Amino acid sequence: MIHFVLLVTRQGKVRLTKWYSPYSQKERTKVIRELSGIILTRAPKLCNFVEWRGFKVVYKRYAGLYFCMCINRDDNELEILDIIHHYVEILDRYFGSVCELDLIFNFHKAYYILDEILIAGELQESSKRTVIRLIDVQDTIVEVAKEQASLVGNIIAQATK
Amino acid sequence: MGSHGGFYQSKEFLDLVKSIGECRSKAEEDRIVLNEIETLKRRISEPDIPKRKMKEYIIRLVYVEMLGHDASFGYIHAVKMTHDDNLLVKRTGYLAVTLFLNEDHDLIILIVNTIQKDLKSDNYLVVCAALNAVCRLINEETIPAVLPQVVELLGHSKEAVRKKAVMALHRFYQRSPSSVSHLVSNFRKKLCDNDPGVMGATLCPLFDLITIDVNSYKDLVSSFVSILKQVTERRLPKTYDYHQMPAPFIQVKLLKILALLGSGDKHASESMYTVVGDLFRKCDSSSNIGNAVLYECICCVSCIYPNPKLLEAATDVISRFLKSDSHNLKYMGIDALGRLIKTNPEIAEQHQLAVIDCLEDSDDTLKRKTFELLYKMTKSSNVEVIVDRMIDYMISINDNHFKTEIASRCVELAEQFAPSNQWFIQTMNKVFEHAGDRVNIKVAHNLMRLIAEGFGEDDDTADSQLRSSAVESYLHILSEPKLPSVFLQVICWVLGEYGTADGKFSASYITGKLCDIAEAYSNDETMKAYAVTALMKVYAFEMVAGRRVDMLPECQSLIEELLVSHSTDLQQRAYELQAVIGLDAHAVECIMPSDASCEDIEVDKGLSFLNTYVQESLAKGAQPYIPESERSGMLNVSSSQNQYHHEASTHGLRFEAYELPKPVVQSRIPPTALASSSELVPVPEPLYSRESQQVASVTSVSDAGSSELKLRLDGVQKKWGRPTYPSPITTTTSNTTTQNTTNGVTQVDNLKTRDTYDSRKTPVEVCSEKQKLAASLFGGTSKTEKRPSSGGHRISKTAYASKSSDDISSVKAALVQPPPVQPPPDLLDLGESTATSSAPPVVDPFKQLEGLLDSAQDNSAVNYGATAAAKGPDIMSLYAETAAGMETSGIAYSTPTNRDDLLSGLSNPSTRSVPGGTTVTQPVQFSKGPNPKDSLEKDAMVRQMGVNPSSQNPNLFKDLLG
Repeated sequence: MIHFVLLVTRQGKVRLTKWYSPYSQKERTKVIRELSGIILTRAPKLCNFVEWRGFKVVYKRYAGLYFCMCINRDDNELEILDIIHHYVEILDRYFGSVCELDLIFNFHKAYYILDEILIAGELQESSKRTVIRLIDVQDTIVEVAKEQASLVGNIIAQATK
Repeated sequence: MGSHGGFYQSKEFLDLVKSIGECRSKAEEDRIVLNEIETLKRRISEPDIPKRKMKEYIIRLVYVEMLGHDASFGYIHAVKMTHDDNLLVKRTGYLAVTLFLNEDHDLIILIVNTIQKDLKSDNYLVVCAALNAVCRLINEETIPAVLPQVVELLGHSKEAVRKKAVMALHRFYQRSPSSVSHLVSNFRKKLCDNDPGVMGATLCPLFDLITIDVNSYKDLVSSFVSILKQVTERRLPKTYDYHQMPAPFIQVKLLKILALLGSGDKHASESMYTVVGDLFRKCDSSSNIGNAVLYECICCVSCIYPNPKLLEAATDVISRFLKSDSHNLKYMGIDALGRLIKTNPEIAEQHQLAVIDCLEDSDDTLKRKTFELLYKMTKSSNVEVIVDRMIDYMISINDNHFKTEIASRCVELAEQFAPSNQWFIQTMNKVFEHAGDRVNIKVAHNLMRLIAEGFGEDDDTADSQLRSSAVESYLHILSEPKLPSVFLQVICWVLGEYGTADGKFSASYITGKLCDIAEAYSNDETMKAYAVTALMKVYAFEMVAGRRVDMLPECQSLIEELLVSHSTDLQQRAYELQAVIGLDAHAVECIMPSDASCEDIEVDKGLSFLNTYVQESLAKGAQPYIPESERSGMLNVSSSQNQYHHEASTHGLRFEAYELPKPVVQSRIPPTALASSSELVPVPEPLYSRESQQVASVTSVSDAGSSELKLRLDGVQKKWGRPTYPSPITTTTSNTTTQNTTNGVTQVDNLKTRDTYDSRKTPVEVCSEKQKLAASLFGGTSKTEKRPSSGGHRISKTAYASKSSDDISSVKAALVQPPPVQPPPDLLDLGESTATSSAPPVVDPFKQLEGLLDSAQDNSAVNYGATAAAKGPDIMSLYAETAAGMETSGIAYSTPTNRDDLLSGLSNPSTRSVPGGTTVTQPVQFSKGPNPKDSLEKDAMVRQMGVNPSSQNPNLFKDLLG
């Protein structure tokens, strides 16, 4: 099970956090500080795994951004690396060659996408196309909603039928 | 960028993000965010905010919270947004609440109603949004509120909804297994869903269910196998391909499930062999995901009933991983090795140099993983090297969590495999000194008990030697400036109990030290209590011995101080001390008998000594005692329980809460633990259960008389040697590890290994230090250690020839035991350590006692072998230990005599490698012991080797040889 997902920049700035296990706000800050301390200082050729507080944190760096996922000890680290990559590929396809700015200004989109890939800390969908299609459908509805901003939800519901 | 729409970003927000992006320091960022929070607080509570604006505020709140600041003032607005009819707004609301709220938050109750409504919506996107929130927010109490709707959604026409409904049920199951226990069959049904996404999602809950109860799902083995087969044959839609692999994530999940189902089940395992074998062949080892699947295959193979072909394939993959340049793969290789050695101990030997490379790698993660592997492969022949390495590493790191873990592992290994009590105490000292505050207090108690009980048999001299050496080492250690309090407690206790026992140290010296401790740690009450009690013991023993008690002035003042202490406990101890000192010697002897900490105190539960008093009272007309159970009729005011029940039954109303449904065992059990518990021959993972199990078996057979956890030199076994199955890779005779156990030393040899690896080519050049380390770690045979060491052989010959057991054990100690409290011995060089131990350093307090200790070891040998035979087995044990301690076992064991010996050991029905008979039969073998004939054979063999030394490794023991 994945306990949380973190996106941190090389400078230690947080770009996205998603917690699947309960952590208080205080703990969250502490976890982020602790982990960025460990992960950001690691040399590039070392393993992408860090043992931490009895868990394992798998991280991967894309440009200036570190994607980290915290998992149980007996989980398959290589698989998690690919779940990260899977997420990045979907982001890439959605934003069209994704860059950090996309995530900065549209972080809620990144959350929506993540919600379609992971749920309750487990991988729910491993097909890229299915995820993209679902997100697109939601976006179209949003577009429709924008155009017909004066109308209320039942019209939206009809539009999807 | 923003074209994907749906979100009007105001200039304000863009500016915020930009300014945060540009700020240079955390302080600057905090300032900006705090400003933003103020603005939001003001704005968000204004009346009649347009929805669009509100949505933006909420997103800004999410942003603020993401940066680690408190946005709780806005939570209620996020909750309100979920009530909105507009999907766009609602979705934002749901996103915000899932990010803001934990499942135990008070606001959840306000959302449940909305979720209920949304789950019934016609619009499947609304349902999806609600299900996302369900997975995050619904807690144990609110499950019943949404459960019926979620179950209904399992049959929804949209696969996205079905999938999320399955995941939601999984979440419910994790939160409260009992709430969905009647719905488990739904998961089975959903496994046959025609959408692969839904099927893949169903594997998550099934994995959890199977982890808990394997047997109810055995019927699904064939389904899982056929699904996996179809996946590998690319029957799933192309969209599930990932980097040219067909649905690898589903494959991984399936393999995990198969591993659970196949463990300990030969029949089930057999049906998996083909498909797993295919996977090994088909997986693309050049991509990361291919390796992920391969790794999962290895995990599966190590769990299911072993199959030689699969094990071979797994070994191949492991060696590929270990040889790879990628640290990730090395890491996985080490991990996989750790899994496979459970069934197949000898494979680690092939990779010993790779393992040692990893141990010395600069990558900390890799190093730790390697330590974990070493921990798994520890046996009595390499325990010293491994534990010393672990301690060195423990000292060097700062990570408290890992420090604790390593410390507890050191303790575990030391308790299990310690070659001598001496070594055990030294190791414990080191662990306590460097990680004292991190070890479990139980460990300290165990150490005290060990020192108190000694060998637990009638050999008092050895025990008292052990104690006086402990006392000496502790007095030495006390000069250190700062010691962990747990360790100091042990020290105080031992000093109190045994400080003056051997007469070497005067009572005033010991009491002076104890006072120093109490003074130095004056704000630690437990510490002071230990010190005072120790003082009392020292004085009491003095009085019993008939000596006059002269209390030191500092003791006097300490006690006076404690008499008025705020802590009642300390006060009482101080008063007790005063009272004891005032008594006469005879009374003191009754109160404080010397060295009686292990005596059982009999408690007269029937209070029979009060009988006469009771009779007298009855005769005077007192009421007889009525047991509580017979008093039920009376309304007893003091017994509120009774009264309560009485009332409850008369009114027919129940005020107490309904009983909670009996929870099923929690879901998250790591598969390994389960696997081990269900194997034919259980290999219990947790330390303490294993310990107690063995102790129980030992006591039952050989009546060792100790039912507690303590240092056990008897049932020493090697971890590798407990194969889950008789591994079918090789024929039974050659594969079963034979051991010859004397003096708690397990001599292990694996004939097959030697045969196999003899033919392998020697590597061109390997650093000799590494070879030595490898040798001391792996002990067994390998390519790098085939070269016989002449020094070693001659040692054993000389030692044997001297025929004096004292000499022998000192040589043994020199050979096997790296000198104790020295700076961490350089384990890479055995020769050096021998040199130092033969010329002991003066400062070392343990060293001064070496002569004494040797005989202590000697005695332990006799006792723990549980044999009456005196010299024969001892000498043999020497041989065994020398051979095991040296790295030259390759040749040592290849002589025909020895092989005969081992084989004859095999034919013995009580050999412990026979499956099922592991622990219980071991002591039987012990009590049989080696006979003189055996030792004569050994003698002959040693001579033979001594005469024909090959001179390839001359400098290893040259110091010893002079």
